[in-house]
Amino acid sequence: MNGNGVREVALPKVELRHVTKAFGERVVLDEFDLVVDDGEVVCLIGASGSGKSTVLRCINLLEPIDDGEIFLDGNDIAMPGLDPDPIRQRIGIVFQQFNLFPHRSVLDNVTMAPRKVLGRGKAESAASATVLLTRFGLRDKADAYPDQLSGGQQQRVAIVRALAMRPEVMLLDEITSSLDPELVGEVLDVVRELKREGMTMLIATHEMAFAREIADRVCFLHDGVLLESGRPSELFDRPQQERTRQFLARVTGVTAR
Amino acid sequence: MAVVSTAVVGVAVVVLVPKAPGWKRVEASFFAGDVFADVFPGLLRAFWLDVKIFAWSAPCILALAMLIALARNVRSPALFPLRLLAALYTDVFRGVPVILTIYLIGFGIPGLGLERPWNSPLLWGSMALVLAYSAYVAEVFRAGIESVHEGQRAAARSLGMSSRQTMTSVVLPQAVRRVVPALMNDMISLQKDVALVSLIGPIELLRQADVDKSLNANFTPYVAAAMIFLAVTIPLTRLADYLLHRQRRRTGATAVA
Repeated sequence: MNGNGVREVALPKVELRHVTKAFGERVVLDEFDLVVDDGEVVCLIGASGSGKSTVLRCINLLEPIDDGEIFLDGNDIAMPGLDPDPIRQRIGIVFQQFNLFPHRSVLDNVTMAPRKVLGRGKAESAASATVLLTRFGLRDKADAYPDQLSGGQQQRVAIVRALAMRPEVMLLDEITSSLDPELVGEVLDVVRELKREGMTMLIATHEMAFAREIADRVCFLHDGVLLESGRPSELFDRPQQERTRQFLARVTGVTAR
Repeated sequence: MAVVSTAVVGVAVVVLVPKAPGWKRVEASFFAGDVFADVFPGLLRAFWLDVKIFAWSAPCILALAMLIALARNVRSPALFPLRLLAALYTDVFRGVPVILTIYLIGFGIPGLGLERPWNSPLLWGSMALVLAYSAYVAEVFRAGIESVHEGQRAAARSLGMSSRQTMTSVVLPQAVRRVVPALMNDMISLQKDVALVSLIGPIELLRQADVDKSLNANFTPYVAAAMIFLAVTIPLTRLADYLLHRQRRRTGATAVA
């Protein structure tokens, strides 16, 4: 499909090739390359502004890229002129700020897209939403409004809302960064559950311990470039690049304090 | 304290104003009880026309203003002319005094020699109100739309919802709720400005009061007309204040922007 014929194994689920993205003068992604295999959990780490969130937003087509290609199952999804809506249905994203719809109940938040986009009936979508909410311990919150929930509960609802579209890939954009420390655990439990199910995930995170635990592969980003990647044990214990060592020393220094 | 100071001021007004040298004359020409009783029923009947003009103008204003606000908000480059046109519209009609718009349209268009009922000053006076007020109300709607956080749009689009679905299901419900108090204020102004239509002919409350003033050689009809306007606008103003207050309290307690 890509014309190289040598690829015997399955196509990568997501692949970024030479993706470049600038906001005005500032280049956020510079010829960025990344491959995520089906069922793989990849964590993106790096300082604020290193481009982690931009990678996720580009894959979801929330940011148009300036150059390069983004493949989903081998199809270029970043081609100008493509209708982004059917592509976005296959890719779920969860944001740092939850972005729940405050004027709608939890159940309506979860069923809105299946009903509007997939044309599911009210009863049908409510039934499958209830199954998901129950699985993540949110069943009794179905009629609550977002501002009546804790941050951890809101973020779990946001994950359920994305899952309701049955995405093939989940992008998690620093989903615990705006939570109180005692609420982080319940959200990470949800991510562990998704990994057990075999969900392909790309996770931008500041939680190094969590990245080490859950990732099949960890990528270190610096100034819009993928500087180094490897299994968690490799990258965290034997970083090859000086920048990676500096970053890890800095963040583990902060967490140890 | 507030009660005492209010009482002092009240007594001072009641006792001191009648002591002014010209009070007898003012009382006779502005507060004549017999004239009041005589003209009041006729004024009330004339006010019915104000109510009718308001009743058909207000929905037209809200609809047209919403269209203009949406036009100003289109993001597609191909639709830029529409955006420009909407901006031009608001600039022109907000920049011209309402009364001038009423003169130009109310005298100008029937001057084209149209057949009945298309030459009615009532019709074109109302139309002028609609055109002028739509420009103001469109700005209110636009402010509401822009106040909805970008993350809401991103969340909806990322679920595969189209830009239209995002607007109708996510952005507008939140935007309209936020601008209800401001809309109320514009509607209260409209309720008063309906009287301007009388300047091109229709005999509504203000015009009727004018006629009665001339017939009786007495200004009491103006006072009576003012009282009728106040009887409607004061409750509406209080309602608007109450809505605004409730809104502030609610958004203060809301965690999600």
